[in-house]
Amino acid sequence: MLNIKGLKVDLEEEEKSILKGVDLDVKAGEVHAIMGPNGSGKSTLSYVLSGKDGYEVTGGEATLDGVDLLDMEPEERAAAGLFLAFQYPVEIPGVGNMTFLRTAVNAQRKARGQEELSAGDFLKEVRARAKDLKIDADMLKRPVNVGFSGGEKKRNEILQMAMLEPKMCIMDETDSGLDVDAMKLVADGVNALRSEGRAFLVITHYQRLLDHIKPDVVHIMSEGRIIKSGGPELALEVENNGYADLLAEAS
Amino acid sequence: MALPKLKQEATDARLAEAVLPDGPAWARAAREEALHRAARMGLPHRRDEYWKFTDPSALVAVDSAPAEVMDDDDALFEGAGALTLVFVDGVFDSDASDDLSGAGIEISRLAEAQDISWARDLYGSLELAGQTPVERPLAALNTATATDGVLIRATGKADRPVCLRYRRSAEDADAVLHHVIRVEEGASVTLLETGSAAARLSTVTEVSVADGAAFHHVRQQGRDHGRRMNTHTFARIGAESTFKSFTLSLNGVLTRNDCVIEMLGDDAVAHVAGACVGDGEKFHHDDTVFITHDALNGESRQVFKKVLRNGAVGVFQGKILVKEGAQKTDGYQISQSLLLDGDSQFLAKPELEIYADDVACSHGSTSGAISEEALFYLRSRGVPESQATNLLTLAFLAEALEEIDDDALADDLRERLAGWLDRHAG
Repeated sequence: MLNIKGLKVDLEEEEKSILKGVDLDVKAGEVHAIMGPNGSGKSTLSYVLSGKDGYEVTGGEATLDGVDLLDMEPEERAAAGLFLAFQYPVEIPGVGNMTFLRTAVNAQRKARGQEELSAGDFLKEVRARAKDLKIDADMLKRPVNVGFSGGEKKRNEILQMAMLEPKMCIMDETDSGLDVDAMKLVADGVNALRSEGRAFLVITHYQRLLDHIKPDVVHIMSEGRIIKSGGPELALEVENNGYADLLAEAS
Repeated sequence: MALPKLKQEATDARLAEAVLPDGPAWARAAREEALHRAARMGLPHRRDEYWKFTDPSALVAVDSAPAEVMDDDDALFEGAGALTLVFVDGVFDSDASDDLSGAGIEISRLAEAQDISWARDLYGSLELAGQTPVERPLAALNTATATDGVLIRATGKADRPVCLRYRRSAEDADAVLHHVIRVEEGASVTLLETGSAAARLSTVTEVSVADGAAFHHVRQQGRDHGRRMNTHTFARIGAESTFKSFTLSLNGVLTRNDCVIEMLGDDAVAHVAGACVGDGEKFHHDDTVFITHDALNGESRQVFKKVLRNGAVGVFQGKILVKEGAQKTDGYQISQSLLLDGDSQFLAKPELEIYADDVACSHGSTSGAISEEALFYLRSRGVPESQATNLLTLAFLAEALEEIDDDALADDLRERLAGWLDRHAG
């Protein structure tokens, strides 16, 4: 599924190296978590994989099912099955949530050579998915993320994920700004999407989310590198002892 | 006072060619006065305060430049069930038009109209009133020389809109149309306009809205690339009346829309809005609005949005004048541009002039680019860049389109815009 080898990335504007050789291998059906202190490069990794401007790849590669991701436009990566749940979902005044979802779903279907969903089929699908995430009709009608609470924005991300049915889901601090109930709702949404053919990369600061979304592998990232990988117990260790021991161990 | 030399020469040259049309005879006096008015004021020049951002020379010149005829005989507003009046190259086409009758409404063709007292009183009078404090000589020239147009009197709630459908057949048509509309007390009517009228078009629409009456106006200005036009709307509105006008402009070389509204009765509402998309360095679009509050508790809105790219130029000159005693006025004005590249320009001159001490007036003007954040968000969901840009462009214009009360008409224009953007992607 997602294969990253020796990925090195600089900030385009300033000559600052953020990722200094990241290796990662996420297989279909697996859930990987990345934890790490602030500024370790976790979010950068998610942006670079999804194709955001402002970063320069200076070495290494990233492939999704063998296809080079880094060469593609963001929309092509999405059509290839990559999805990023944003840490800060963007507000888009003037674009209805429903219009946004339908445009995205149909753009991806078109890119894959599939027929566009009819308005009726789309509506049926979106209503069922929204209900599971406790997203009401009003939220679907409102402009994308405008006036949404933090929890509503994150649930809206998961709704998009559910509608777009990506192969590889990257979640960038989806738990930030969520209360316990909202986190449970989001985690249930993600767990419902877990399947043999789909993989998740969950970026988080806290063990709490991983209580709900059980990872197969946990990676610790620091200063642009993965310094340690292990099972779920690694997350517990971070929760109890912080990063200091792990960082000392690595250096 | 003598006019500046260049202005005098240009005015003399144009007025020497001006022909006062034969019909209707009752308008003769108003036309002659208007011609004198135009001669006295002189036709606009780039040095005039309200023409600093827009070069009027192509509108003033004796000859109009030909413009390629584009098949713009579209079906816009066809679902509105309107009473349709067709003009070809600025000439009324009775065969293509509906019968000039409808419930709650009286319509005549200007060129053939009998001496109707309300029209005689109105023809040229709102244009004359609108010359103060800012002179609008092209409107006076229009009053003098207009060859065709319609006179509409709404006596009740008109059961269908009136749609003026403009078509072109000649490359060099230079058309001058003058419409006069009177909405009687408690009556209401909707006027629609669409299509490409001529290579060069001048229109004046005088609208008198009586107490408790309502006038709605939705227009789409022709999509042909080469046309040049100037339009003037002069409105005088009474107590508890409503005046709402919306304009969508796509293409064209030069468009200047003047809208002058006088709010003379208490509790009146006047909204003027527009959306335009300009593509290319030849595109120049100017909205000039002047709203005068001269009564209590009036509410006015000016909402203008322009999307400009590839060197297009957009202009907004908007004024709210609140006269002494026009207390409790609520005036709002916003003009915004979305500049899709570094070559395009938006020039805005918002003005407030307030002589009453208990009013709420606000105005704003902004220029911005497409939000990179929003663009990436859309693309990360699989929406290709050009489609995402179009979606954000439509979203930007949505606020202006929301000014249209009738949802079906707004949807018609939204579709028109979306189609245009699809065809002109990138």
